[in-house]
Amino acid sequence: MRLFRGMLNKLKQLFRRERISEELFLELEETLVLADVGIHTAEKLVSRLKEAVRKGNCRTGDEAIELLKRTLVELLNAGGRNLNFGPIPPTVWLIIGVNGTGKTTTIAKLAWRLKREGRKPLLVAADTFRAAAIEQLKLLGERVGAPVIAHAIGADAAAVAYDGVEAAKARGYDVVLIDTAGRMHTRYNLLQELQKIWRVVGRSLGRPPDETLLVIDASTGQNAIAQAATFSSAIPVTGIILTKLDGTAKGGVVVAIKDQTQIPIKLVGVGESLDAIENFDPKEFVEGLFEEVTDSG
Amino acid sequence: MLKGLTDKLQGIFWKLRGKARLTEEDVDRALREIRLSLLEADVNLRVAKDFLERVRERAIGEEVLKSFTPAQQVIKIVYEELVKLLGGQHEPLKFSHTPPTIIMLMGLQGTGKTTTAGKVGLWLKRRGHRVLLLACDVRRPAAVEQLVQVGRQAELDVFEMGIREKPERIAEHGIKHAKDKGYGVVIADTGGRLHTDEEMMQELRRVKEALNPNEALLVVDAMMGQDAVNAARQFDSEVGVTGFILSKVDSDARGGAVLSIRAVTGKPVKFIGTGERLTDLDVFHPDRMAERILGMGDIRTLLERAEEALSQEEARKLAQMEKRMREGKFNLQDMLEQLQRLKATGPFDQLLKLLPGFSGLRQLPFAIDERRLKQFEAIILSMTPEERLNPDIIDGSRKRRIARGSGTTVQEVNMLLKQFKMMREMLKRLSKAKLSDEDLLRMLGVGR
Ligand SMILES: Nc1nc2c(ncn2[C@@H]2O[C@H](COP(=O)(O)OP(=O)(O)OP(=O)(O)O)[C@@H](O)[C@H]2O)c(=O)[nH]1
Ligand SMILES: [Mg+2]
Repeated sequence: MRLFRGMLNKLKQLFRRERISEELFLELEETLVLADVGIHTAEKLVSRLKEAVRKGNCRTGDEAIELLKRTLVELLNAGGRNLNFGPIPPTVWLIIGVNGTGKTTTIAKLAWRLKREGRKPLLVAADTFRAAAIEQLKLLGERVGAPVIAHAIGADAAAVAYDGVEAAKARGYDVVLIDTAGRMHTRYNLLQELQKIWRVVGRSLGRPPDETLLVIDASTGQNAIAQAATFSSAIPVTGIILTKLDGTAKGGVVVAIKDQTQIPIKLVGVGESLDAIENFDPKEFVEGLFEEVTDSG
Repeated sequence: MLKGLTDKLQGIFWKLRGKARLTEEDVDRALREIRLSLLEADVNLRVAKDFLERVRERAIGEEVLKSFTPAQQVIKIVYEELVKLLGGQHEPLKFSHTPPTIIMLMGLQGTGKTTTAGKVGLWLKRRGHRVLLLACDVRRPAAVEQLVQVGRQAELDVFEMGIREKPERIAEHGIKHAKDKGYGVVIADTGGRLHTDEEMMQELRRVKEALNPNEALLVVDAMMGQDAVNAARQFDSEVGVTGFILSKVDSDARGGAVLSIRAVTGKPVKFIGTGERLTDLDVFHPDRMAERILGMGDIRTLLERAEEALSQEEARKLAQMEKRMREGKFNLQDMLEQLQRLKATGPFDQLLKLLPGFSGLRQLPFAIDERRLKQFEAIILSMTPEERLNPDIIDGSRKRRIARGSGTTVQEVNMLLKQFKMMREMLKRLSKAKLSDEDLLRMLGVGR
């Protein structure tokens, strides 16, 4: 048995016909729910679609599906998706998220990409908590060919971050990527630590970090909304990186996040290798939401 | 984590409770709400559908027991089906007759396998086992080093061969080492992988063959969404799992994934991970989980929560209120506060016990009408402070103003005032005569 994602042909065939039925709406709602968009947002989107149909904005089932997709793309498109570079080097990107979402790997991928663009990235090991987190970043740094600023395990994370930015200034690195420890958004003291890192970086830089990127695992369900809301209430989150989109999880929860918080999705992770990172493409992503996960063989 | 679902279901069932009869319509309305809750809690859509179908069939079916109200019947059915879905009894780890017992951990990337290896190891060590950790993740940078450090923290031995050997070879050597040195338990950490990665799944099969484990446990993130069914089913069918460990239960995720994986695999959940420290591991109890979902049984926590809500300041206020009650000076502000406290802290019967006059209450024999509760609150909120303290000054024109302000009718305002006066009267006699539970609730005007 193998799982793969194919076009939702059943849906297409079923509703290519002229009439738009209640069944179509239900099917669309369920498709969205199965993609982790969440029942709340799915209902909202579908009822808006119903409204459009009522007004005569689309006549066939196909048109309705297209309209829904367009609506989704528009929602995801709003706001810029480019990564922000600072007016004066070094640019600083702070990477945050709950445990195990792919922060450290993403940093290596970003560094790899920056190097190919001819930049000089510097990695900062501000995860001073998890066992071997520093070693992990160092190994990745070696692989990418980017230096790593690190203190010992248990050190003050904000102090490492500060040193990182200062080192970049002194040695002429132009992008600083700060790895932070995975933390539950429910842990108040850990959010405070994050605020401290954010503040301290700002102090060294003379402006806030140029990006504060929240890494979300595509397999996460509705809790990702709480993650986005809570992290961004602690520090201004400027973008989301959706990782592990190479599996069968659709990551639809970012639709709800975008709807509720306006935080743009900027990048997606599509594998474990260094080049497995892509700019977020709303169209492609939305098509993915409507693809079916099927068993076969 | 399943707290949200608990609260929701309780809300729904409180509405259902006390209904004289339960119509098909009632059942469907409740089920719609349960569906929403389940989906919000990330229970897989199809799993939720099946679950609801089972509940519906049983609820509308024949088995109406004499001793239950129809509403209790639905609660009972949902509870039973939930317990069934969650796995009935707690299933302990399976140990080998001849040591070492071998436990293999596997899962998607980032679910917490390595930390969990340390936690389970420490848990077993504290129960007298000699534990060896086995480092079979050779892919993720510093995964071996992480396990070594975890082992050091938990004071457990770690067997590793670096990252140049194949994981199945390390498994073989590790088991041999464990046998030679007389370890009681081996816990093997494996690299995270996607269930769709054919090659990596094959590797996992080879590792499993080499280990021949007594337990092959899939570590699943409690925050996982709809895809949990795919991952669980795939790991189970391609590699074979004997059970699950639910990690990151300390998040505020509702954890519906646990229902999904149970539903598609039927394998037991053995442990839950509740934090980043190596001691943050608990045994999974299906019945407790189901009780928690339904709010049945977890009364201690509930009382604790209610007691917390009753801060000292509030306790003082309550004492004063009680005094006013006895002196017949109970006012509408007091009534409002009682109503609001009822609303804020969930299951009313538990909370009522903490309110003056209700301490003798064991269980509510009937429902509290939530709609009316809200209405009463709205009416009192539309009154001036003076009116709340001296309800007797409320005349016709004031009533009309209050009705307008609260979106109710003058009749409804009258009803509240009547209810209030009756309550005040009865409270005055509280110290003399002992009132029945029904009387007390009728006084509040919210019992039926
Ligand atoms: N399939 C896949 N795996 C990924 C992706 N990104 C990261 N991973 C894997 O996810 C696992 C965890 O990644 P890490 O980068 O260590 O995650 P982290 O967020 O830094 O973890 P903590 O620091 O422990 O919170 C590793 O095995 C990565 O290889 C992705 O886009 N796709
Ligand atoms: Mg990390």
